Amino acid sequence: MSIDLSQFHQVFFEESFEGLDIMESNLLALDLSEIDSEIINTIFRAAHSIKGGAGTFGFMQVSAFTHVLETLLDEIRSGERDIEQDHVDLFLQCVDCLRGLMSDLQAGSEPDMAQADDLKAKFEIILAGDDASTESSSSSSATENEISSGSNDAAAKGWKIEFIPCEDVLCTGNEPYRMFRELQDLAEAEQGGSIKVIPHLEKLPEFSKMHPEMCYISWTIYVYSAIELSDMEEIFEWVVDDCDIRYQRLSEADSVTAETPVDTGEMSAAVETSTETVVETEVETEVETEVETPAAVVATEETAATPEATPEVVAKAAPQDKPKAKPKAKAVENTSIRVSIDKIDGLINMVGELVITQSMLGQLGQEFDMDRVQRLQEGLQQLEQNTRELQESVMKIRMLPISFAFSRFPRLVRDLSKQLDKEVELVMIGENTELDKTVMEKIGDPLVHLVRNSLDHGLESAEERIANGKSSFGTITLNAFHHGGNIVIEVKDDGAGLNKERIRNKAVEQGLVGEDETLSDTQIHDLIFRAGFSTADVVSDVSGRGVGMDVVRRNIAELNGSIEVTSKPGEGSTFSIRLPLTLAILDGQLVKVGNEVYIFPLVSIVESIQLEKSMLNNITGNQYVMQLRNDYIPILCLQDIFNNGAEEKDLEGAMLVVVEGDNEKVGIVVDELLGQQQVVIKSLEENYEKVDSISGATILGDGTVALIVDVSGLNNKPLEKNTDDQTQAA
Amino acid sequence: MATILAVDDSASMRQMVTFTLKGAGYDVEEACDGSEALNIAKTKKFDLVLTDVNMPVMDGIELVTELRKLGDYKFVPMLMLTTESAGDKKMAGKKAGATGWIVKPFNPEQLLNTIKKVLG
Repeated sequence: MSIDLSQFHQVFFEESFEGLDIMESNLLALDLSEIDSEIINTIFRAAHSIKGGAGTFGFMQVSAFTHVLETLLDEIRSGERDIEQDHVDLFLQCVDCLRGLMSDLQAGSEPDMAQADDLKAKFEIILAGDDASTESSSSSSATENEISSGSNDAAAKGWKIEFIPCEDVLCTGNEPYRMFRELQDLAEAEQGGSIKVIPHLEKLPEFSKMHPEMCYISWTIYVYSAIELSDMEEIFEWVVDDCDIRYQRLSEADSVTAETPVDTGEMSAAVETSTETVVETEVETEVETEVETPAAVVATEETAATPEATPEVVAKAAPQDKPKAKPKAKAVENTSIRVSIDKIDGLINMVGELVITQSMLGQLGQEFDMDRVQRLQEGLQQLEQNTRELQESVMKIRMLPISFAFSRFPRLVRDLSKQLDKEVELVMIGENTELDKTVMEKIGDPLVHLVRNSLDHGLESAEERIANGKSSFGTITLNAFHHGGNIVIEVKDDGAGLNKERIRNKAVEQGLVGEDETLSDTQIHDLIFRAGFSTADVVSDVSGRGVGMDVVRRNIAELNGSIEVTSKPGEGSTFSIRLPLTLAILDGQLVKVGNEVYIFPLVSIVESIQLEKSMLNNITGNQYVMQLRNDYIPILCLQDIFNNGAEEKDLEGAMLVVVEGDNEKVGIVVDELLGQQQVVIKSLEENYEKVDSISGATILGDGTVALIVDVSGLNNKPLEKNTDDQTQAA
Repeated sequence: MATILAVDDSASMRQMVTFTLKGAGYDVEEACDGSEALNIAKTKKFDLVLTDVNMPVMDGIELVTELRKLGDYKFVPMLMLTTESAGDKKMAGKKAGATGWIVKPFNPEQLLNTIKKVLG
């Protein structure tokens, strides 16, 4: 029968990636000074499963590579070898390498084995250190044996086999008659082949000493067929260690042939003639019948199988086409979420409620009169509640604990701290804080950058730390928690803190700020997010190229989030990322400008005020800034930006929404403040095209489309550049 | 038809084994480690136990040892799925009372041939 193994590949890949994650985290958890054998076992098991699966599902390259890894692990596990730091490093490299191989295989492309071969060679060197030679030699000798025996036997016409089982052979589930049956099948496969089984009872003890579960009988088997020794050895493979099995080629044993039955006869007769013969015949007939029937069964099975085989093959062939076409599509968007049953149950429950409400409203609608308005309102309220709960539950499905994003950091910190020769401890807090999957995927890279940055620039070297009266160990803390409708992720180091003087000087040097500008601490800290800014004197391959922090800020802004940094000299810095919990829904403030409704993300709104003349300062032409407490903020009119045809209005007395994006405030003139509501974000890019200063659109209750304003996009308008300079001058 | 208990911690292997055996008409139940298998085995009698060696919680060798202690499983064939490198595991398995082994990697045909060998 043919089975298409590719149907199991997807599961195998997922399982292998999980296994690799397990290997990695356990390798990192490994404390070399105090080795926990369970950790080693877990690592071993993961490697072992990958190897076994890879071999079974036809990924021989992976299997061969994992083999060396497993061999070393096995030696460590069995205590033959002590695990060393070098081993751990090598294992970790293997994990990376295997990940690459698996991804290639999953994508259906030929994996690049260069790195694997490299690593494999390293393993072989370690293994060759002492006892690898034994293994290879034993395996090669085994094959030699097989080859030599194979070539010799071909000529043989038959075999005489002495089979003396150990007494407890039955207790391992090995029944001799099954082996005889197999031997018979093997012999009869050849034209005219047959076997003859003769039992010997000389070892049979007295009846009172007989144990019913023991086997006291031994056998001589004559095989009249030219079969290979290796084939027979395979049949007895499972018992060869405990039982005495001797093979003799029949040509040599021919003379004995006649003797043997007589021999047994004599022997048994010598013991106790009457009972023996009875037993003997019984046994013989039993063996005979046992051997006969299965042969017949096999024969019928075979004949029966032939007509069946065709439809089966056809049936198999048809679905085969599908899985073959599938892997490609799968490799591209192979994203799945594991959802706990609880969440699903909650959803189903919620849908049930919704259906009840719907039927209630339906009934109400059939015979409606004004007396029932109250009930209608109640029903609608219930509907609203149901919908909101349902929405929350659906959102929860997309929520994953942030540990998914954090999990890569132990490894990263470990590798980096080695590379930079710093002693670093990583602390992770709030790993169970949940975050939308899409946000999670996009926050990974910025986080990596921040952690690298903290390690490279934030933390001092051990000597420097000791000189400053700190412990030699630097600490990097990753902290995630919910705050309002947002998730906050902090990357904190206890290093030297941002060097304001240096940042300022560098910024002046790089022409980002004027020499005589006075900047507040926040403004100085903010400089590090400017494009092209770097304070690193030497560009390392860890960081310092000046690309990064601005990209980090941009990436976070794309997620409707914000980032800020606080720092105390000598105590360290903290980067706080604030992100919405989800990208699909947004709490929005609806505003009206002309005939259009726009939406500002509620999180970006600082305040809404009515302009007074005293606040206004005209700069040039029709550009104004306003003084808001001690701040000067530029004023923008949406109709100027979007050209929506609304007529210019007098600024005095106008309604102004002050929004903040990228840490810069801007006042936006609107005609009217409408309500606040949750809006479902629809991508403009996907449905239309990218529009500057607009982050998306939504459909309002009355069916019209409202645009969602991209606040940080507004801030980057060239318009703002002029006003900005003015602000600073003022 | 014969009933088989398939024990492996790897879901893909389990799926493959179950699929193959069911396709050949056997009744198959799955367990993902030794202790789960032991519990299932206590509730009904299987004609064959097919177990991986390396598993969390309870490994295949311990499973075989425990099963052989049960009256129902004294003579039931038990096959271990092992890799060629694990020679000492084979011996440990035999000692525990395993009937034989199937060497990984194996393909469905090999699996069925070996099963036939002990079940007929």
